[in-house]
Formats: sequence, structure tokens, C-alpha cells
Amino acid sequence: MLYDALIAPFTDFEFMRRALAAVIALALGGAPIGVFLMLRRMSLVGDAMAHAILPGAAIGFLLSGLNLFAMTTGGLIAGFAVAILAGAVARSTEMKEDASLATFYLVSLALGVTIVSIKGTNIDLLHVLFGNILAMDDPTLLVIASNATITLLVLAVIFRPLVIESVDPVFLRTVSRAGAPSHLLFLALVVINLVNGFQALGTLLAVGLMILPAGIARFWSRDITGMICIAVVSAIVSGYAGLVLSFQTKVPSGPAIILVAAALYAGSVLFGSVGGLVRQMFPGRHLEA
Amino acid sequence: MTAQIEFRDVTLGYDRHPAVHHLDGEVASGALLAVIGPNGAGKSTLFRGLVGILKPLAGSIQTGGLDVKDVAYLPQTVDIDRSFPISVYDFVGTGLWRSTGFFGGMGREARDRIAHALAAVGLNGFENRPIGTLSGGQMQRMLFARVLLQDARLIVLDEPFNAIDAKTSADLLDLVKRWHAEKRTVLAALHDMELVRSHFPETLLLARGPVAWGSTADVLTAENLLEARRMCEAFDESAAACAVDDLPSRAA
Repeated sequence: MLYDALIAPFTDFEFMRRALAAVIALALGGAPIGVFLMLRRMSLVGDAMAHAILPGAAIGFLLSGLNLFAMTTGGLIAGFAVAILAGAVARSTEMKEDASLATFYLVSLALGVTIVSIKGTNIDLLHVLFGNILAMDDPTLLVIASNATITLLVLAVIFRPLVIESVDPVFLRTVSRAGAPSHLLFLALVVINLVNGFQALGTLLAVGLMILPAGIARFWSRDITGMICIAVVSAIVSGYAGLVLSFQTKVPSGPAIILVAAALYAGSVLFGSVGGLVRQMFPGRHLEA
Repeated sequence: MTAQIEFRDVTLGYDRHPAVHHLDGEVASGALLAVIGPNGAGKSTLFRGLVGILKPLAGSIQTGGLDVKDVAYLPQTVDIDRSFPISVYDFVGTGLWRSTGFFGGMGREARDRIAHALAAVGLNGFENRPIGTLSGGQMQRMLFARVLLQDARLIVLDEPFNAIDAKTSADLLDLVKRWHAEKRTVLAALHDMELVRSHFPETLLLARGPVAWGSTADVLTAENLLEARRMCEAFDESAAACAVDDLPSRAA
């Protein structure tokens, strides 16, 4: 019974195995990025970027169909264009960066939907907006896995400057010029992982498998390495349980994955060992020192 | 003694408004210089220019060929995100950037150096504490430990003794004197006149521009301090372009 519910979907159906491989790759690449987005107070920037990269991904999609390489390239170009334009307007006018980014991502989102609607079909549009992790072909799976590998390798290279820049940016600027390149590479990783999430979760939920696991991890660890590990594990668990839920109930796979992550998040808010509500209500007797 | 830092008619500021106006002068190698002045006098701005994170609006700052790695800067703690999940040990370890860079591991020697630095500032036993749980004084001790590890020839301290108790101040002042004895160049922004009189041989009195610069006894006179207090803090949106730059002697 339990086997039929939890294991059989993956042993019986290849598309489920592919979907599981995809969510594991997405979790390995996206969750660590999500932790840094959260710690750098950029969670909503990640969300805005997900919308901002739509026109680029849409143009890639129109030129090459559901080719993740073309969509990644287009997304990277659009993401950087929006980030640089928003930053330039913020620095050269009175407009703050968040408001500037909001303006550009809305324009970008409108452009993206327009491009897909004019050239594609409604089914294409739905695919881009909501994704479909149950339709993974080999090339797509390979690109997702490659992007996750690239993410982990680049993150390993910029990990130290990224941590220092997050906690004490002035110090990094005085000892090294690695701050700006690291920040740009980090933004590139955000875009790569968002495009990765497009196929599985769609543009609207792509950032979900990055930010929700990071939020979960915040309630269980005080250490960045611990946070990254917990975020990856909770993203994998969300992905697996979401796929099972989707298979058994016909709930669309993307929303199912995010809803499971949201349930884990709610449990963490309540019972987390680091600042969870129950812990705050019943802290136990105070210590001697 | 040779000059390590030369301020050449330097003006530093933000959005074209000067915070430090037309500063000329030299700091000798191995000097121990106090930079004092009222709030808004431009002390932090001067230091930000000196360590290279703020470009001068005019003039230049020469640091005698010092590399960025030869400079240690202790900023005001407001610049640090104390909610970031990093331990005291790891934070202080960033002071070894000069030798570890992007990938360098923390070998036995590095771990010993971190342990010594933490012991030197009295933070033994705090290694695993998240930085967000430290008091103001402990935070300042931790920043000093990082400066120790940087092993720099030029040390720039922005209000290092602010809002800390007398014991911590005395301990950290001992470190400053040790750096001076080791012939490192030390600049510190300070507010405590008695501390400056007692321990700093040279002082720059700043009030958006230089009021006086020289031996501490000559600088900390009643007239100079009064002049610094008269400093205009106004930020005039309609200020005209600085006329000093148009003088015939400067145009030549």
C-alpha cells in the first residue's frame, strides 16, 4: 500500500523518474542560491528577476521551441538588461532601486507575455507560465543538470567573497576587488536557476524552490553551511512529495511541489529550533550563563 | 621619516557636495595620528577615501605604493550585518584574506593565528558564537582581532572606542600602542580629547576641512576647538561650484 503510493509511481513510469531527477537537480542548484538571496535580503529581488527574464526566455522559446539552452541565454540577456537598467536609473535619479526594479520587471513581464501570445499558442503560454515537470525530455534534463553543476562550481569559487560581501561589504572592498564580479556572477546564477525552474515550475513559481527551502532552513540552523544543507534537503523532499501528491491527486505538479514546501515552511515557523513560535512560547528555564 | 600618506589638495564628498574640503598634508610612516572633529566633520569620509572605497571629488591621496592588502580598516559597526549567520571564528578568519584568498584552506598555522588573535582581544571561548549575539564591546574586540590578523602596514580605525566600557577601551588601546611600537602607521578617528592628549602624539583637527594639523599639544588649543565647533553642517542644495579651483594660482 505504502509502496504503491510512494515508490511505485517512480518504478512504473519513466516520466516520474525524469521528473524526480529534475527536482533533485533543481534543489541542488537552486536551494543554495535561495539561501544567499534570503541572507542578502534579496528574496523579492529573486521574484522580480523571475518575471524580468521572461521576454528573453520567450524569445529563446520562439526561436528554438522548448530548448532550455536558448531560453537560458535569452533569460540571461534579459535579466542582466533589467538589472543594469534598474541599477542605472536608481543611481542616476532619485528613484530607489526596489521601485526601479519593480517598474522594469513589470514592463519586462508584459513584453514577455505579449511576445509569447503573438507568436505562440495559449498552450505555449501556459507552459511558460506554469511549467510542466512531467514532460522532461533528455536534452532538457541534461541542461537542468548542467546548470545545477555550473551553479555549484561557480558558487564554490565565489563562496568566500559572497559571504564576506553579505556580512561586511566595506571590508571586502578594502581587501579585494572581488566584490562586484562576485555579485554579478551571483546574479547570473540567480538567472540560470530561474530559467532552470521555468521548465519545472513555470515563471510564476520558479523562485519558489529557491526561496521556500531557504526560509525553512533559517528556522533550523544558525550556520550558513547548515542552512544550505537543510535547504537542499527540504527542496528535494518538497520535490519528491510534490510529485507524489501530483501523481495521486491530479493537482498540477508545479503548484503541488510549492504547496508541500509551504507546508514544511509552516511547520518550521511553528516548531523550528531557531526562533520557531512554539520555542518562543515555551523557551524552558533560563540558563546559568 | 618618509611620508607614507600624502593628501594633495584632496576634496572628498558625496553627490558633488564636499565633506572634506581641500586637505593638504602628509602622514609619516610609523605615525600614530588621531583624527578628531565634531559629528559630520568628515572623519569617516576621509578614511573611506584613504582606504579606496570613495573616490576623491578633486585632488589625490597617495599611499606610497601600499597595496590594498597592506591596509587594514576598522569601520564603524553600523556597516556590518550582524544578523548574518557567521561565527566569531569565521568572521575573524576573513582577516586572513591576504594569505587565503578565494580558495586557501585554513591550515594549522592559520588556525593558530586566529586563536592567538582572539586571545589577544580577550575573546577566548567565543569562537562558535554567532556574531549577532555579541555585545558592542565584544563586537569591537572581534573587529580588532581581524585587524590583528590582517598584519597591515597601514591601520585605519574609525571611532574604535565608541560606546564601549573603560576596560575594553584600555585593552584595545594597548593594541593600538603595540601597532605603533611595531612601526605600523595608525590613524584613528576619536572623540575623547583626554585619550588623544595622553596617547596620540599627532592630531588632525577636521571640520569639513582641516582646522589644524600637527603635534597634539599645538592642535588641541581652545581657539582651534572653538573654530571646529563653529563648523557649518549645512548641506546647501544651491551651493555654487567651488571658487578655490578657479584661482589663477591653481589654474596654472
